[in-house]
Amino acid sequence: MQQQTSMEQINGVSEYDVGDFYDEMFAHDSSPRDNCNLLYKRVIGLTSLDLQRRKLAAERSMVRLGITFNVYGDEEGTERIIPFDILPRIINADEWQWVTDGLKQRIAALNLFIGDIYSDQKILKDRAIPEHVVRSAASFRPQCVGLKPPKGIWCHITGTDLVRDQEGKFYVLEDNLRCPSGVSYVLQNRQLMKQAFPDLFESLSVRPIDDYCGKLLDALNYLAEDRTDTPTVGVLTPGVYNSAYFEHSFLAQQMGVDLVEGRDLVVQDKKVYMRTTKGLARIDVLYRRIDDDFIDPKVFREDSLLGVPGLIEAYEAGNIALANAPGTGIADDKVVYAYVPEMIKYYLGEDPILSNVPTFVCWDEKQRDHVLKNLDKFVVKPANESGGYGMLIGPRSTREEQAKFADLIKANPRNYIAQPTLSLSRAPVIIEDHLEGRHVDLRPFIIYGRDVFVLPGGLTRVALKKGSLVVNSSQGGGSKDTWVVEELP
Amino acid sequence: MLSRVAESIYWMSRYVERAENVARFISVNLNLSMDLASEGHQQWLPLVTTTGDDKLFYEHYDAPTKRNVLQFLTFDRNNPNSILSSLVGARECARSIREVISAEMWEHINNFYLMVKDVGGADGVSEEQLVFYEQIRASGQHFIGITDATMTHGEGWHFGQFGRFMERADKTSRILDVKYYILLPSPQHVGSPFDELQWSALLRSASAFEMYRQRYGRIIPANIVSFLVLDRAFPRAILHCLSKANDSLHAISGSDPESFSNLPEQRLGQLRASLAFTSADDIINRGMHEFVDDMQRRVNAVGLALSNTFFAREADVA
Repeated sequence: MQQQTSMEQINGVSEYDVGDFYDEMFAHDSSPRDNCNLLYKRVIGLTSLDLQRRKLAAERSMVRLGITFNVYGDEEGTERIIPFDILPRIINADEWQWVTDGLKQRIAALNLFIGDIYSDQKILKDRAIPEHVVRSAASFRPQCVGLKPPKGIWCHITGTDLVRDQEGKFYVLEDNLRCPSGVSYVLQNRQLMKQAFPDLFESLSVRPIDDYCGKLLDALNYLAEDRTDTPTVGVLTPGVYNSAYFEHSFLAQQMGVDLVEGRDLVVQDKKVYMRTTKGLARIDVLYRRIDDDFIDPKVFREDSLLGVPGLIEAYEAGNIALANAPGTGIADDKVVYAYVPEMIKYYLGEDPILSNVPTFVCWDEKQRDHVLKNLDKFVVKPANESGGYGMLIGPRSTREEQAKFADLIKANPRNYIAQPTLSLSRAPVIIEDHLEGRHVDLRPFIIYGRDVFVLPGGLTRVALKKGSLVVNSSQGGGSKDTWVVEELP
Repeated sequence: MLSRVAESIYWMSRYVERAENVARFISVNLNLSMDLASEGHQQWLPLVTTTGDDKLFYEHYDAPTKRNVLQFLTFDRNNPNSILSSLVGARECARSIREVISAEMWEHINNFYLMVKDVGGADGVSEEQLVFYEQIRASGQHFIGITDATMTHGEGWHFGQFGRFMERADKTSRILDVKYYILLPSPQHVGSPFDELQWSALLRSASAFEMYRQRYGRIIPANIVSFLVLDRAFPRAILHCLSKANDSLHAISGSDPESFSNLPEQRLGQLRASLAFTSADDIINRGMHEFVDDMQRRVNAVGLALSNTFFAREADVA
């Protein structure tokens, strides 16, 4: 009888190429890291066919359960699954503790910063960061000056993007304080993993993540606790065609609250009501997944059909809580991001635990000259784009592209930053019948309620294209489950 | 309950019922056409007439061949009442209310849709077509069972029930309208096996064959009318459907079932009462077509009143 080839035969320790990168599963000598030993033994014990079967089973359940995202500009068949790799990415509990401390510190400072910018602007008056940087940010919302969000919380839900460099050190790449998505995939991926590797969960004591939706609901209820004991909470979605609609619906379902669209809401006497079969019903808290620009046509973009006219007025009157608060986008500006270490020092008097990726701001003449002379080495990003669009990746660019970006930078220096090209860490993923290394990042989710909660793990996004550094799902990225495990004795 | 959510449940339920009914019509006709092959008798146009879409059909097809009619009724997205269109509609509704319905309901509708879409993608129906339409019928019935067993029987569920029974009443009346001519005796066929076939096909189109036999035994046109229109206990009889829809309306408003508190209750109550106090002979003497026309007009009026009362976006009354 012919035996099926096991992963070990096809892809033993010597076959997998760690390359010149930090690998999440293997050390530099290609031996599995301590906390990955059990996973490694389990995986090499499986035949490659078996592994593929498990991967397919997981992806099939995603289609069946409708765990999908929408692709814009397509018609029917627009829903896709995010490709899912069933090898988990494992992080040690003590390293995670350090990440958690760093994220909590960062969120605390960012929340104080946003509150300050929309009230006294002390940080600008004290010249801790340059005033013109904030004033010139496209995401600065003058309409938000003077707003007083309940409990002084602006950024209730954050999805910070972290990356590791060649040495394995974590850096913050982006803060994502507006409407970060992905947590539903984290929660669903975990369910799929429990089907794929039930035994590993028991032997590794993986930190559970099931309480996320409970924590989220607590944080939302907390915002209305001064007004009512029984708040009505809703998730506000742009609707079924939004790319993250599955997540909006999933979160509403898991919290047991209404999923509302702009057309379901009406503002009367500065109070917000839902249109129900029994008439209008008051609503107290909205976890809104509509961007500032579209949320209230009376205050922001007039042409928005998604929003609720009068919502901001009701918010000012203290009759509705919004999570996240309008205006948080100011801290997502990539030039403002460069000053987060200064914010941490200014507001908390502490040194940052998590570092920024070294960032050159092009409005500064000296830094700009340095960037322009070294365009072939830098990643250049516009200040106010997300999703990986509009970037120059220096080492992979042509002379023409560099010349084009040089012109763009000179024409509008405020709008550009540059960062050294990071050698992102990699993790093994199943490619057909063997494992290959692919670049990954990590998006942990943080809830700011009565206290600050960091979900253990987060969404590991994978750049599935060989050699690619772009992990965004809109551009061919996949995902992995992320396990925080206790260090083995 | 959000008005938009109530409306989506109502339509989700109607669309699934519609898909199931169309599949049953097709399935019965496929059977019939095999039995009548020797008669050279291929009747596919009446199926299109049953759903009331003749005009649309001729905009896209030149002749009512079996292939064209099956394509039009099953997969054609130009036909808003095709099985696939109905399932797309049902799924879009379900997708917009996933947080309200049970996970099993969503999963079932999603799979139902994917099943039909996959067959449609593979160049339409093949030799195993009978099995395919049986699958659709069964999937529709599973959905009813899953809904009944997993969704709280509260306001939302009642909107779904109302939608299902109004759709079913409409479909049963259309079957009668189109197929009634075969109940009229024609000299060459009276008492022949051909006659019996046609009559039982009509009953099977409403899944009524066995139940009719139990109730009346012999097949007599007036009894068929009586059974499909006026039976109080048969679940596809028009009067039964209207009574069930009426129960759900009153469960939604909480008002006295013998009275009314809003326009849809009033209109439905009147329609139900007029049926409850009529007989098969009255209907036949008046003319089946006239009866069905009037019936459908009044069913639509109830639907319109429901929409204005519960779903209308202008109703900003606190």
